[in-house]
Amino acid sequence: MYRFILRRLLSTIPVLLIVAVLVFLVLRLTPGDPAAILAGDAASSEQIAEIRKDLGLDRSIAVQFGIWAQNLLRGEFGHSYFYKMEVTQLIGQRIEPTLALATLTILIAVAVSIPLGVIAAWRFGGWFDRALMGFSVLGFSVPVFVLAYILIWIVSLKLGWFPVQGYKRIADGFWPFLHHLVLPAITLSVIYIALIARVTRASVLEALGEDYIRTARAKGLPEARVLMRHALANAAVPIATVIGIGIALLIGGVVVTESVYAIPGLGRLTVDAVLARDFPTVQAVILLFSFAYVVINLLVDLSYVVFDPRIRY
Amino acid sequence: MNRKLVAAVLLAAFAGATAMPASAQEKVLRVVPHSNLSILDPIWTTQYMARNHGYMIYDTLFGTDEKSRIQPQMVDKWTVSPDNRLWTFTLRDGLEFHDGKPVTGEDVVASIARWGKRDAMGQKLMTFVDRMDSPGPSTFRIFLREACGFVLEALGKPSSNVPFIMPKRVAETDAFKQIDDYIGSGPYIFKRDEFKPGDKAVYVKNAKYKPRKEKPSGTAGGKFVYVDRVEWNLALRDAQAQVNALAKGEIDVLERPAFESYEQLKKADGVILVTKDPLGFQYMGRFNHLHPPFNNPKIRQAALAAMQQEPFLRAQVGVKEFYKPCPSMFTCGSPYGSAKGSDIQSKSNMKKAQELLKASGYDGTPVVILKPTDLAAIQKLPDVAAQLLRQAGFKVDLQAMDWNTVVSRRAKKEPPAQGGWNIFLTAWVAPDIWNPLTNAAVGADGEKSWFGWPKDEQIEKLRDQFARETNDGKKKALAEAIQARAFEVGTHAPLGEYVNPLATRKNISGWVIGPGDIYWNVKKN
Repeated sequence: MYRFILRRLLSTIPVLLIVAVLVFLVLRLTPGDPAAILAGDAASSEQIAEIRKDLGLDRSIAVQFGIWAQNLLRGEFGHSYFYKMEVTQLIGQRIEPTLALATLTILIAVAVSIPLGVIAAWRFGGWFDRALMGFSVLGFSVPVFVLAYILIWIVSLKLGWFPVQGYKRIADGFWPFLHHLVLPAITLSVIYIALIARVTRASVLEALGEDYIRTARAKGLPEARVLMRHALANAAVPIATVIGIGIALLIGGVVVTESVYAIPGLGRLTVDAVLARDFPTVQAVILLFSFAYVVINLLVDLSYVVFDPRIRY
Repeated sequence: MNRKLVAAVLLAAFAGATAMPASAQEKVLRVVPHSNLSILDPIWTTQYMARNHGYMIYDTLFGTDEKSRIQPQMVDKWTVSPDNRLWTFTLRDGLEFHDGKPVTGEDVVASIARWGKRDAMGQKLMTFVDRMDSPGPSTFRIFLREACGFVLEALGKPSSNVPFIMPKRVAETDAFKQIDDYIGSGPYIFKRDEFKPGDKAVYVKNAKYKPRKEKPSGTAGGKFVYVDRVEWNLALRDAQAQVNALAKGEIDVLERPAFESYEQLKKADGVILVTKDPLGFQYMGRFNHLHPPFNNPKIRQAALAAMQQEPFLRAQVGVKEFYKPCPSMFTCGSPYGSAKGSDIQSKSNMKKAQELLKASGYDGTPVVILKPTDLAAIQKLPDVAAQLLRQAGFKVDLQAMDWNTVVSRRAKKEPPAQGGWNIFLTAWVAPDIWNPLTNAAVGADGEKSWFGWPKDEQIEKLRDQFARETNDGKKKALAEAIQARAFEVGTHAPLGEYVNPLATRKNISGWVIGPGDIYWNVKKN
């Protein structure tokens, strides 16, 4: 088991290396000059050239890569071109909102979707099952920003229950933090509820057809116990997989939600950095995302051991 | 007992949740500025957000009032020698930096010197300056090699780069490096510890600031501060979310709403629109003079004739009350605004454009137009330009990209087929283009000029005369001559003017009329 974890962690190194080289090259080959953006609208060509020199962008791509790689090995991600701040500090400021949003989204999604999926499987073919399938199709089809605007209009503007935008840090108090986060998390969770509920339904449905379920029922176990203890437990591996994929997808999925609800998270930072050609920031954020992706996949794999005792690494 | 305990805990929790901390009793003005604030050095960059940040924390020697006149600000009085070569200025009493140190002539000299290395008008001024010194703590002098007519206009220029006054130790920073000390002597103090890029910037009232006695007007007059704190919300950039937040009262001011939002804002309870900058903005189409087809002045003339202003304004602004065609290259309504020489565009039509193009010898070279897809304020202009030019007989290649790619592409001098361009479109705030020295687009010094790089010795000669001229009447005549020649050679196409009223809650008042996004004199009731 430990060897498996170690092997998986070591395998992240070549992955991150490939990502690092690709991101570096793609950014340099994409049209756009950070110096021209920094200089402003009325700047002259000479001013832009000065800034380019100052940033080291007048050197060859190979030299730039060498400097960046050297710094990376020392654990330095560099300075943001735009914010005159270390990239790690910038990411540190932005990671809390994204983590908070992602965590609450997944909590809501799991808490809502698994019971819904189990009930739908239990009442297969009934109105609840059909309604859930209908909701799933809708949940997949409606873009996040459309749903966000609808929810804001009803829940914030008409009912006044939640703010329409903004983020409060947990240090500002748990209630303000939650009050600002609930609506974005609900918005973002809908697609995951649709996804996880569907997979849960299918997995539980399959499990309900197994012999051990018939045996459990024949033993006279209560239906709830049959469903939760026998059916759901045996259907857990695909559900865990899809939740893992969901968490990984969330990393990219928060961008739109953060924009509509004005949450200063990593998603917004990435978009801003890409648009502004803030190379050091984009490189660091993409590396972070890649690392998170690998770690999440590892955790999902490890969770299989818990859900299915037959699996051993 | 238990119930009482639970009730007490709940009450305490509720009280804790609802009690207003002392800081919450402050008057906080919550603003959504027009863009993100990333660079904090208003001399190093020409970005408008850096300029606005500058106005919050720095003061200026002179200001520009709502009638575009230069007025003293930090300066109390000044004298000019009979030959107009020695300018002596005295600072008013009580000027103090945020760290408590007095503002001195030495601070001013260092600040002007740094600004003079970066700003186009400052660089021009420096070509006349022999030396500067500070003979006393509150006095500074500018010695000119020869007289010039724009000393006060330069020192009081209201838009980027504004000659803000910084402490000497800060102003001595290399002009090509960004400063990292944000001590000013302006009406607000920057809360560096609360600055979160992409999230918020915070400014608190500078209680020690001594405003002038005069009524505030533009960037001139008394800078009275009536709120304790101004918070710029840098995260709220979705246009619809901005409207929602203002309608719900979560923010107080929306600096520059999208034109599509005005109908909704007009209907929103508790929201009003304020046109605080009546001179507004001007759209502009810029030709690249280096490459075909616009290296041919006759073809530029044909394009000018085709690019009528009304279609651009109708498509981009749409709200009739917010726009007006303007035949001038120097902001209509400002001192040098004039229709001189504009007939080629203002009194032209498509038939004439077609005739001019036929007579020009145009060989069908495609016109590469750069179209930014992510900048709502100008993104429709390239489509209109493409359509009008096609109607005139041009072959057009409209290339879509994000604004920052446009910014990079337009700096390229290579031919369009190798990543260059033929036309890009942009917008300017009035003060940036209202005279021949600030208006980068009329500069015609070849490859040293602003993107597009027109070359015309006559224009440069006239601009030089303008810089030297001290008589207002003659300066106006020279500005007209420059404009007439600029239309003749087709430096660029002015595409009309518009205002972009800010939207604010009804309880916010005291907006200062004039150029710039400034937050003194604003009251929150």
